[in-house]
Amino acid sequence: MYTFSNRLKIASFILMAVGVLGIGAGFLSAPSTVEEAKAIVASHDDGHGSHDTSNNHGAEAGHGDAHSAEHDLHVLHQLQNKPWSALYVAAFFFMMIALGVLAFYAIQRAAQAGWSPLLFRVMEAITAYLVPGGIIVFVILVLSVLHMNHLFVWMDADVVAHDALLQGKKGFLNPTFFLIRAVIFLGGWILYREYSRKLSLKQDESDDNASFKLNFRISAAFLVFYLVSESMMSWDWIMSVDPHWFSTLFGWYVFASMFVSGITVIAMVTVYLKSKGYLEDVNDSHIHDLAKFMFGISIFWTYLWFSQFMLIWYSNIPEEVTYYITRIQDYRLPFFGMVAMNFLFPVLLLMNSDYKRVNWFVIMTGIVILAGHYLDIFNMIMPATVGDQWYIGIAEIGSVLFFAGLFIFWVFRALTKAPLQPKRNPFIEESKHFHY
Amino acid sequence: MASKVLHAYYNDDDVLMHAVKKVKAAKHHIEEVYCPFPVHGLDKAMGLAPTRLAITSFLYGCVGLTVAITMMNFIMIEDWPQDIGGKPSFSYLENMPAFVPIMFELTVFFAAHLMVITFYMRSRLWPFKKAENPDVRTTDDHFVMEFELHGNEDELKTLLADTGAVEINIVDKNSH
Repeated sequence: MYTFSNRLKIASFILMAVGVLGIGAGFLSAPSTVEEAKAIVASHDDGHGSHDTSNNHGAEAGHGDAHSAEHDLHVLHQLQNKPWSALYVAAFFFMMIALGVLAFYAIQRAAQAGWSPLLFRVMEAITAYLVPGGIIVFVILVLSVLHMNHLFVWMDADVVAHDALLQGKKGFLNPTFFLIRAVIFLGGWILYREYSRKLSLKQDESDDNASFKLNFRISAAFLVFYLVSESMMSWDWIMSVDPHWFSTLFGWYVFASMFVSGITVIAMVTVYLKSKGYLEDVNDSHIHDLAKFMFGISIFWTYLWFSQFMLIWYSNIPEEVTYYITRIQDYRLPFFGMVAMNFLFPVLLLMNSDYKRVNWFVIMTGIVILAGHYLDIFNMIMPATVGDQWYIGIAEIGSVLFFAGLFIFWVFRALTKAPLQPKRNPFIEESKHFHY
Repeated sequence: MASKVLHAYYNDDDVLMHAVKKVKAAKHHIEEVYCPFPVHGLDKAMGLAPTRLAITSFLYGCVGLTVAITMMNFIMIEDWPQDIGGKPSFSYLENMPAFVPIMFELTVFFAAHLMVITFYMRSRLWPFKKAENPDVRTTDDHFVMEFELHGNEDELKTLLADTGAVEINIVDKNSH
């Protein structure tokens, strides 16, 4: 049995406490009037050169005062959105890790994989975070529907009234149906997670393989549900912040991001537990396999990122290409930086077979991959909600720290609830002797 | 020049792996192992030097990438400048996204094909080549471990019989 070390527990509490302060500071510093917003933009420009003033003036030059006032109001809304977006990006990112691990776990179950049963308890502990993480994301979505923030512009009835495209999408993209879908998605994922975990523990105590077989069947069924629900979730929770724009491979793209982040976290938690003397039977070959997945799915993510980018860049259709123009003009560093972090870095570091067995190498690469995929979510949400007013500051870092603390606390608490090694999994012997 | 060699037959790859480890532990030199399919980890167990094929593959990939860039630059930018996607920049760098699939494909093409050809040459394989394996059963369901004999015949025989060999033969071999 694993015992949650006090040092780690205190560290997670400190992360949460610092995070709450950061989030609070973010909300307190958000402007409430147009004048305050103007002051913030002015001070921001002083510190960081004039990369966005030129933009603002360019837009204002040709228009009259009425338009300028409208622009100021727009900036005010963007700045008011900023702490909310920061919170939402971090909340989604950590929920996404748990969801990615859940998909990986279901695939191991459905494939009856022989190498991975030793890691099942680690995966189950990470997916435990889906309950609080999912609920937090859901609460943020409910608050958006209640107009506490303006993350989703289509939730504003006034905007829809003046927008023919949004009126056309109203049958699907309306607050009630949006929340019903969210409940179905989260309900389905959490139901599978809890039931599969129960069966997994039951298998340890039973004297036949009935629970194992049932777990196999529900995992296969879950994967079908997951494939559809994950894709629709990505349209709802991410793509709809840009309600005019759409991409048909967006669901896959988000999936690749959550899958690689999830696998990375499995590897990191496993290496951590091993360094503390737990999981004696997990050998370098298991780490090697996880690192191969990190390497492979990183390339898969890049493939989807590029496929989405190239088709839109090539055809250059105004409705579509505006998505990337915003990102390349206003988000150049995070947009291209994430490609370096999510592609070049893991490819170069994990290419060599021997390096995949060096545990600290896997951890270092993992940290870069996680930061890169945080930036990926950042790039998906921020341009639509805060525009060129983005900045990775106290609110953003505070949100990440808070959810990181909560994630660590919840995952390692879940680890203490059951023995780290499944006893009666039919493949446990194969997993122990797994050797590349 | 003819020399005497010993052939030990196995009919299971796990048994073979254990046998190889045992024979290596007893400090005997294994000349060759003939298998009907690749046995994972056999090269390491036999103590063969790691393959350098991966390095050649990387170099061939670099050649393929260079060929793709040079070719696309000549065809699409220099020789007959093309207006790609309504963006008449006539610059390779600005049109680069359009060339990425070709750069990728040619890298893979060169790396894969040239590596296979290198592998054939290194293994001295070419069309109409006469098979080198000592027994047709090594293409079906038997594994053969080959030893050169230097008066250690009896010692080897008892050792191999212990490791689960199903047949042990001593034959004359014409070295090439």
